[in-house]
Amino acid sequence: MDYSQFLYMSEELSLLAVIVIIFLADLFLCGKDEKGIACTTEGGECPACGCNFRTVFPVVLMLIHTVLNLLPCCGECCMGTAAFGGMYVHTPMMTIVKSVLNIGVIVVFLMASQWLNRPENRIKMGEFHSVVLFTLLGMYFMISSGHFIMFFIGLELASIPMTALVAYDKKQYESAEAGAKFILLALFSSALLLYGISLIYGVTGTLYLDEIGARLDVNLLSVLGLVLFISGMGFKISLVPFHLWTADTYQGAPTVVTGYLSVISKGSAAFVLMTVLMKVFGSAAFEGLWSVGFFWIIIVSITIANLFAIRQKNLKRFMAFSAISQAGYLILGIMGGTAQGMTSLVFYLFVYMAANLGAFAVLNVVEQNSGKIGMDDYDGLYQTNPKLAFLMTLCLFSLAGIPPFAGFFSKFFVFMAAFNAGYHLLVFIALVNTVISLYYYLLIVKAMYIKQSETPIPTFKSDCGTRAALTICIIGVVLLGIASVVYNYIDCFSYGLI
Amino acid sequence: MIQIEYILIISAVMMFAGIFGFLTRRSTLAVLLSIELMLNSADLNFAVFNRMLYPDGHEGYFFTLFAIAIAAAESAIAIAIMINIYRVLKNISVDKLEKMKW
Repeated sequence: MDYSQFLYMSEELSLLAVIVIIFLADLFLCGKDEKGIACTTEGGECPACGCNFRTVFPVVLMLIHTVLNLLPCCGECCMGTAAFGGMYVHTPMMTIVKSVLNIGVIVVFLMASQWLNRPENRIKMGEFHSVVLFTLLGMYFMISSGHFIMFFIGLELASIPMTALVAYDKKQYESAEAGAKFILLALFSSALLLYGISLIYGVTGTLYLDEIGARLDVNLLSVLGLVLFISGMGFKISLVPFHLWTADTYQGAPTVVTGYLSVISKGSAAFVLMTVLMKVFGSAAFEGLWSVGFFWIIIVSITIANLFAIRQKNLKRFMAFSAISQAGYLILGIMGGTAQGMTSLVFYLFVYMAANLGAFAVLNVVEQNSGKIGMDDYDGLYQTNPKLAFLMTLCLFSLAGIPPFAGFFSKFFVFMAAFNAGYHLLVFIALVNTVISLYYYLLIVKAMYIKQSETPIPTFKSDCGTRAALTICIIGVVLLGIASVVYNYIDCFSYGLI
Repeated sequence: MIQIEYILIISAVMMFAGIFGFLTRRSTLAVLLSIELMLNSADLNFAVFNRMLYPDGHEGYFFTLFAIAIAAAESAIAIAIMINIYRVLKNISVDKLEKMKW
């Protein structure tokens, strides 16, 4: 066996190294209190903001990991490769998607630091970091899979530890209920997906994605396989007929985990859906079939999620419905399976990550300092915490797609890709829905700036982890749209059906 | 000679019995059992396709092995969450998981 092919998996290996280092550091570098219980007290804390070594260390490691992976990607040295007989494939586009996910994880780690430093969470802090990174590793494998076994293991590695994260707040009943709802529906969708894969295996006799694509022809079994596959992935991305777990899970999970779930898990699943559809169901007959399916799924997702978002009073539930509708826009890039569609999907993911994680960072810091998460609690936030209110407004504007911000450009590119692929009616309906979404995003802005409250959220000073996270997100929200170099860079590496 | 259709019918019946159980059972443990039924029907499919149609390779068998291992891991974490819920509610009926809805 040729061991040098492990080098093709350098991203996975370096992430694994990060996980092992964090795991060991958590074991040995942890102070003990006078009763001998590890990790409850902390030395070396920065008095101004509450940052300490254990929260900063994983961020630094992830930064090194991200930079190392982006460095070799220059010119010819990063052509597409395959290792282990085609089980593992790698294209430059996958490096970009993985780096976007990395940046998201760094932001999540930064905004989690205050929550993790609370007394009840301190003892499990190392678990949070390593479990998050294990789900990230699963997403890596899922993105780079060239074989259905690899794909399935990656998918499960991404979703099983995710359940542990959702149920992380052991003392809170809501967290456990959210975890139960998540794991039951994740298992159900995995079972559907597995049955679909087994039917495809029965038709073609192979599990390599490329070979299936060459051998598969349209008949009853393979169409059933396609439908079950799309429904299984639809659960993961939370598209509308399969979205019922989303709101409950998002509301019950800790706010940091909700942010992670709504951006990184969803974004990686959307990208994988696109690559697998293009490889396995890429023939013209199948392309026609799934295009019709996604045409209706997108319309229903965007419309129903928008209508439900209007009536929400809890901001985490509100963000859940907003995330379902954003997933509909994300999937718009899949239509037609063009190279332009893939570029716009990845760009949309990047911009959505900046805006949504920014909004979640504000929700999280307000919840940590005042315990409030309702829409009415945000009345008069501008009077007491003007900076936070302003940053939240920027993120919401970007989510809604108001011109100077990146959200406008990402929506524009997605619409353009779908329009060029010939789906004019779909683009029109999505545009109408953008106006509806503007209404409910502005409801929060109205609450913060215009409404008055007897008991507003008191003024507080946010910790430096949250500040760093918000800075990254705001830079993304403002600059990603204006700096066309990002879009062009992604566009160099994208590929389509033809 | 057992024909492939017989086993495929068994697996399809298992699959839809699992879906029916998932939708109708009230106890969370029974729901988990239904999901196991669904996963096993897919495993059966893999094994039978490999044995009857493509006896040259072993991909189907290997997929079955991996799927069984993953299903075990999923059940373990699901049961851990059920125990956590039982500590609060003293009950694991699906009807009681209704604090958050709409």
